[in-house]
Amino acid sequence: MTIDTNSFVTSLWRFFSSLKLTIFLLIGLAAVSIIGTVIPQGTPPPAEYLQTISQAKFDIYQKLGFFDMYHSWWFVLLLYLLTVNMAACTLRRLPHDWKTFREQAPTLDETREKSLPFSHVWKTRGNAGEMKRLASDILKAGFAAPLVTKVDDEYHLFAQKGRYSRLGVYILHAGIVVIFIGAIIGSLFGFRGNVWIDEGASVSTVSSNRGTPLELGFSVRCESFSVSYYDTGAPKEFKSILTVIENGRTVIDKRPVIVNSPLTYRGITFYQASYSPAGAPVFHINIRDRKSGAVSHIDVAQGETVRLPSGESLRALDYTQDISPYIQQLSGPAVRVALLSRSGEARTLLLLKNYSDFDDLRKGNQIFSVNGIDMKWRTGLQVTKDPGVWIVWLGCILLVGGIFMAFFLSHRRIWVRIGGGRLVVAGSAGKHQAAFRTVFDGLADQLKKL
Amino acid sequence: MTSSFLFNIATLSYLAAMVLFFVFLAARARTVGQAANWAAWTGFLVQTAAIGLRWRESYVLGHGHAPLSNLYESVVFFAWTILLIYILIDLKYKYRAIGAFVLPFALLGMAWAQLGLNSGIEPLVPALQSNWLLYHVVTCFLGYAAFAVACGVSIMYLLKARHEAASDVGRSGGIYSLFPSAKVLDDLNYRAIMVGFPMLTLGIITGAAWADYAWGSYWSWDPKETWSLIVWFIYAAFLHARITRGWVGKRAAILSIVGFVATLFCYLGVNLLLSGLHSYGGA
Ligand code: HEM
Repeated sequence: MTIDTNSFVTSLWRFFSSLKLTIFLLIGLAAVSIIGTVIPQGTPPPAEYLQTISQAKFDIYQKLGFFDMYHSWWFVLLLYLLTVNMAACTLRRLPHDWKTFREQAPTLDETREKSLPFSHVWKTRGNAGEMKRLASDILKAGFAAPLVTKVDDEYHLFAQKGRYSRLGVYILHAGIVVIFIGAIIGSLFGFRGNVWIDEGASVSTVSSNRGTPLELGFSVRCESFSVSYYDTGAPKEFKSILTVIENGRTVIDKRPVIVNSPLTYRGITFYQASYSPAGAPVFHINIRDRKSGAVSHIDVAQGETVRLPSGESLRALDYTQDISPYIQQLSGPAVRVALLSRSGEARTLLLLKNYSDFDDLRKGNQIFSVNGIDMKWRTGLQVTKDPGVWIVWLGCILLVGGIFMAFFLSHRRIWVRIGGGRLVVAGSAGKHQAAFRTVFDGLADQLKKL
Repeated sequence: MTSSFLFNIATLSYLAAMVLFFVFLAARARTVGQAANWAAWTGFLVQTAAIGLRWRESYVLGHGHAPLSNLYESVVFFAWTILLIYILIDLKYKYRAIGAFVLPFALLGMAWAQLGLNSGIEPLVPALQSNWLLYHVVTCFLGYAAFAVACGVSIMYLLKARHEAASDVGRSGGIYSLFPSAKVLDDLNYRAIMVGFPMLTLGIITGAAWADYAWGSYWSWDPKETWSLIVWFIYAAFLHARITRGWVGKRAAILSIVGFVATLFCYLGVNLLLSGLHSYGGA
């Protein structure tokens, strides 16, 4: 059995450089991409979702890579095919387009004249040299300076504009490949991770999303974290104050990091991502004795119980930053405490920071009030390093630039031939024929009058 | 005068314009077409003023941000960009009948925003406090609006092409005689997508740049990003299909309509039906 390798290679080449494959791949990518927007992504996928599907379904999805489908072998294969398709198509078409781009086609011979979509011929009696000069001026003023060639007593004028538009599609497809390269570099040499830092603490390692710890090579301290709110109660700003220390030296001092304003040091960027309380809040409580008027202070953390000089004990139950949703006429922070008598009877008191006499109404022997609440926070930072990102942006610039060149520029060429008692004008445009027709007819009108 | 009042005037103008466009198609009276066009222009100018006023109102309230920060504002802006593209086509080609197929999209948007969405001017949540918001939203919506126009034109194409096939060549009659020819509609569909595609490309890139700046990752395959890519693939397929012969006319029109359905899903469906990082939803 013999295989005709030649025709096999040819048909393979045809297949990979065909626009049919392009359309199939683009529609195919669009269709399969939907899967990952319907099935929650993640390794492992969210537990709440897993509870809603059967084991059999889970096994199938798992096998097909549906839980991380944008990195599954078949999705990546489609992207590679797309790249091969683009490269093959470029190889197949670029030589011809490059020639048209470089080509000065100074003469208008019979074959070319017949192939051009726009043309006019007029009989003339004037002096050819003089008419050539005037026609040059008309082209220069209304289109572009022409190249003049003399062949056998005939003058050929050639003017062109926008030839770079021929390269637009190549630049735009190259842009897509450059974006892919940037993405691959990022995934090979970069990392993504996150780190939690308590206020006042520092870290020098972060955990990557793949679960491995990573040495930063310097340390980051969280000086403080704060949240501010709008009057409406909606959050306004999450802010960490970060200090970077390298080899015992402070290299970045107390830099505020908020959402939309990250900190970068040595190619590693820290983003404000989340926050949580670090340990229990501590309440500063004032105690005034009703009889003597003497005031004492205690500190108690949420969930703790402290013994008071009177022999009773105080247990801090919980607190809120704002009481107004619960009691409309009041506002400000509130703490709930339990007062335990020596015999173990408990009584719940509400203490309000903005109303230090509130507990007076209880008519107890001691009057409690809240002086302050110390909440210790822990900031959650996203940490990334992506050395490919600038390549991705370069690819984006090529992509957008190429699209604009391909869409809005058009390679327009005009030839004029004068001699033998005739004036011929002809032209072509790669795109936007209607706009070219206006320009062409305008020039033809002027040339006709020569 | 409040911006909300002006938005109502604009909505009513679009309603009037749409009704007049329909009458124009049915009665084929040139003056009615003229009046419809006037109503559309009036609505557009009033809405432009309203958006400017709302921007100022947000400064007066102390929030100070462009009116592009929630679902209400984005739907209003979407309607505005659709009218903008209609007006550009009107200035260039004067094909009035297109209004009848484009204005319903804008009217639907405005009516939904004015009647069904929360129109309060709210301060920006931390994730949206960035200049990228403006670049990203404006480019995306110019793209969406061009696709909406392409969809309207494609619907006209399908109707017109069916009519042309059914009747003798050259015999004109019925409302279809007011449509531009099938060839022109096919060309307009292509042109609208040639405007929409670069805008969507810029929209996706500015979104990626913003995500990189705010979250440290230019692409994370969240549903909104993925859907914008799906839309991008569909229109890229459209553009390539156009180069290979055989994909003009009916197939191109259908692909354009499918593309716009995907666009709408990207814009609204993702927020209302799926979950993700983009926090516009929750009408
Ligand atoms: C799969 C591989 C691809 C191949 C083989 C391919 C091939 C081509 C070819 C041959 C052209 C026509 C050039 C001409 O007008 O002579 C073209 C144009 C174009 N391509 Fe691609 N392409 C591919 C992928 C893409 C992708 C992924 C995009 C972006 C989404 C894209 C966007 C464009 C655009 C915007 C044009 C210009 C269309 C026009 O002028 O109307 N291409 N492509």
